[in-house]
Amino acid sequence: MILLPCPYCGPRNVSEFRYVGEVSERPDPNGTSIEEWRVFLYARNNPAGWTTETWFHSAGCRQHFVTERHTITNEVRASRLPEAQPREGQEERATGGNIAGDGGGATY
Amino acid sequence: MRAPRVIKSVFRAASSSIGLDDRNASTNGHRPYRYSAFDLLRHGFSQADWPRAWRKHDLKSSYDVVVVGGGVHGLAAAYYLARNHGITDVAVLDKGYIGSGGSGRNTAIIRSNYLTPEGIRFYDRSVKLYETLSADLNFNAMFAQRGHLTLAHNDSSLRTMRWRAEVNKLEGVDSEVIGPDEIKKLVPFMDTSEDVRYPILGALYHPPGGIIRHDAVVWGYARGADAHGVHIHQNTEVTGIDVTGDKVSGVRTNQGDIATRVVVNCTAGWSTLISDMAGVKMSVSTFPLQAAVTEPVRPFLNPVIVSGTLHVYVSQTDRGELVFGASVDPFTSYSMRGSLEFTEGLAGHVLELMPSLAKMRLLRQWAGLCDMTPDFSPIMGLTPVTGFLVDVGWGTYGFKAGPVSGETMAELVATGKTPKLIAPFGLDRFESGDLMGEKGAAAVGH
Repeated sequence: MILLPCPYCGPRNVSEFRYVGEVSERPDPNGTSIEEWRVFLYARNNPAGWTTETWFHSAGCRQHFVTERHTITNEVRASRLPEAQPREGQEERATGGNIAGDGGGATY
Repeated sequence: MRAPRVIKSVFRAASSSIGLDDRNASTNGHRPYRYSAFDLLRHGFSQADWPRAWRKHDLKSSYDVVVVGGGVHGLAAAYYLARNHGITDVAVLDKGYIGSGGSGRNTAIIRSNYLTPEGIRFYDRSVKLYETLSADLNFNAMFAQRGHLTLAHNDSSLRTMRWRAEVNKLEGVDSEVIGPDEIKKLVPFMDTSEDVRYPILGALYHPPGGIIRHDAVVWGYARGADAHGVHIHQNTEVTGIDVTGDKVSGVRTNQGDIATRVVVNCTAGWSTLISDMAGVKMSVSTFPLQAAVTEPVRPFLNPVIVSGTLHVYVSQTDRGELVFGASVDPFTSYSMRGSLEFTEGLAGHVLELMPSLAKMRLLRQWAGLCDMTPDFSPIMGLTPVTGFLVDVGWGTYGFKAGPVSGETMAELVATGKTPKLIAPFGLDRFESGDLMGEKGAAAVGH
């Protein structure tokens, strides 16, 4: 049993969360070979030590976030919002807390 | 952002010239002790100590083959290398004591009722080897083929059971779908009523399945390998693998360095770390899996019971303890600490199946490490580094595959050719996309 600090809700029992997996850099789908894409899909670093991974607070705020966790001790040293990755030609959106200015478009 | 271009194939095997098949059989003049009823009687009278089952050796500076991992896979590989192929200059290294990893932590269930024809053929060979193992090794592994029941609690599970049964029959494996009445006959204590949360609609019945004494399998293989001249080195941790060009040239350990051309990675839990030392990328995520055992009671449960929906499997050992296992923990970890969540969930699920066990007490719980792959099939065979072979990614089904893995990996090392039985499980399948989806038969129940 470990406590996982959600950046929105604070420390919660890990059973409230769904483990998504280690964070990896996605190659550009337009410029990559099928083999490279499959390496991205299937290869894992699986370190015995600190790892950066994505979690989903399924029984809470239902938001994705990123943690740094030690896979031997299960200690968590950082928890943060995922980095926004705006697509080309799109403006970067605020990633949280901006409900008032959003009008009716807020989805959380 | 674009990923750096992969110049060399990440997963595809390099050339396979290992060429060790010209060695002659030798047992170093050591003959194993033959266990017999007469000797049992003789020792009973004389109270003399039994001879040691395997010897301790000094670490040599070179070996033909170094096997990393002294579990059932590594020891079986060494045993078959020596027995079937006459390659006896073999070292088996373990960072702890032999059988201290998954081989001593699993729930000892043997079966071959898988989903894919490739998987069924492979595991069926393992069951066949297990059937004659005690005689082969002159070591009683106590294989009890009591039958194996995989319960279906909903229509989709029942559909998968029928699918599995038909593919099993086609491959000559004894499997059939049975209804609640027949289940009740096999397991009178099972709650097969319809007014429960997860009513039992049917089960996949696999008569050749059963349980075995897992420690004896490890010790039997260790003894057999030792008798053929294999060196078993316990408390010897691999700290590095030397690769010259794209070929293996040696292994570094905390007890000294070894020159070798062939390294076989037979580890579970730490398979990524060993592969990393050789620079081979793996498709493995390590998850803990927890199990527990109760106090012993009189024999009442003959077959092995598995419920995928309830994430639980139950069997009764020859000593009378009930052994419970679950699915893997919900997130990756190398930690082998147990959790209260597990025992709580487990108890609820077991009582759902057999309410009369409510007064049973748990004796202990433990965890082992499972190397999960994306398709629930193992990773076996050659790698992009010549001389570095893998027998890893065993998820939750490694123990039952021990003998056949040892046999096929030994053949691969000796001949340099991948045996047909393990060709579908190569690391290169993750690059070609030919995954071996075995989730329907391996995900929870085993």
